[in-house]
Amino acid sequence: MLNITGSIGSVIIFFFNETGKFFIFFVSIIKALIGKWYFKNIFTQSIFVGYFSLPVVALTSFFTGGALALQIYYGGNQFNSETIVSSIVALGITRELGPVLGGIVVAGRVSAAIAAEIGTMKVTEQIDALKTLSAEPISYLVVPRIISGIIMLPLLILFADIIGIMGGWFIGVQSLGFNGSVYMQNTINFLEISDITSGLIKASVFGLLITLMGCYQGFNSKGGAQGVGRATTNAVVSSSVLILASNYIMTNLFFT
Amino acid sequence: MITITNLYKSFDKKNILNGINLNIEKTSSSVIIGRSGTGKSVLIKCILGLITPDEGSIEIGNNTIFNKGKFKPLNNIKVGMLFQGGALFDSLKIWQNVSFYHIQKGRNKKFCSNNAIHNLEKVGLDKSILNLYPSELSGGMQKRVALARAIALEPDIIFFDEPTTGLDPISADVINKLILDIVRDIGATSITITHDMASARTISDKIHMLHEGKIIWEGDKHSIENTENQNVIQFINGNSDNKIN
Repeated sequence: MLNITGSIGSVIIFFFNETGKFFIFFVSIIKALIGKWYFKNIFTQSIFVGYFSLPVVALTSFFTGGALALQIYYGGNQFNSETIVSSIVALGITRELGPVLGGIVVAGRVSAAIAAEIGTMKVTEQIDALKTLSAEPISYLVVPRIISGIIMLPLLILFADIIGIMGGWFIGVQSLGFNGSVYMQNTINFLEISDITSGLIKASVFGLLITLMGCYQGFNSKGGAQGVGRATTNAVVSSSVLILASNYIMTNLFFT
Repeated sequence: MITITNLYKSFDKKNILNGINLNIEKTSSSVIIGRSGTGKSVLIKCILGLITPDEGSIEIGNNTIFNKGKFKPLNNIKVGMLFQGGALFDSLKIWQNVSFYHIQKGRNKKFCSNNAIHNLEKVGLDKSILNLYPSELSGGMQKRVALARAIALEPDIIFFDEPTTGLDPISADVINKLILDIVRDIGATSITITHDMASARTISDKIHMLHEGKIIWEGDKHSIENTENQNVIQFINGNSDNKIN
């Protein structure tokens, strides 16, 4: 009985300890936003987060769009399917699948890389070295990554939306025998600006969560290679869960 | 120059620094010796503001930089640090590492490049490595580059954390002599932590022995050979019998 109480107590203490640490970290980022901005680092990180994520995001979106088209066609009523498939693919990709799947793929790639890089810098004293050389680590390492995440994720997801819709179109035309022009016209007629912008706002929030989790886990890593490995795993898991949870909250806000 | 009074620091209820009192004179070369895990690195990280002590005060020059749990920024005094593992930024080229401080201050590329060449020459390296990355250099060369980075900001105070760890005896001697020459050349106050007695004898004006979180012995490099302090005798002889308590 005592053990159970002790375990519950430990979990509660751990929860409040982690929440407190995260809050302090977040406040230090807000403070750093008022200070010096490293534009070169923002540019470098934007290339890393955005440009180098293009292939993996494009492939994910293309196949998702294609699979969605097949599911709707074979799973639903095949009568008038050309309109239904194109419209549901467009809606599904822009509102949900583009941002969420794109976000999770980028989380796997970017959040892990950020946690590993900053974690390694932490355990090899490079972060201490930054401080001794008059560079504030939060301003130098964290702020550029977070800004690049917030800016680049919507651009990536806009690209993913186009590729996803093209995936649906390609399968529709090649496998399901749809007329390509009619398919695209239906997509354009059905889609509204708000469908796209809601996905892009989601993407921006996901960009914040992905980079924030990567930086936080990296900064709190300790204990050498094992610690860095743990930070990397935690970054991917926490950012993926937060993407799904925040997606639900935002969908609820935007569409109900 | 540096006055530390009653400095305490503990981690997870384990006392690491247990009331440190230390005076370092201006332009002197002080060496802090002690066994592994006695808090040498914690002590210099406290002075640098990288770790917040639990109690005590730290004064540098006429500035109280730490007192009553709070750090104050160190104005007009530049501090350099050579980390144990070098701590070079592996995503930056050698010239960017060496001139990192000047790049942060917004100086132009030509100035930074020339500054890197000048400081690399001081540590016996030439400009052929300017555009290499740290991972492309040997351990000894990385240590020299780290030394060049530490002196590039022309510090008033310079800290060396285990400068010869992981180096062969010849490379270690080269680093010791470089430290000695450079510190004299730039007129900085230096504090070195090491458990390498050959290094301590080469670079010190004064030696301080840290044991169980306290300074238990102080003196110059000649007097350490004649001390009657059993902890110091055992440490400098590297005698594992009757282990230091």
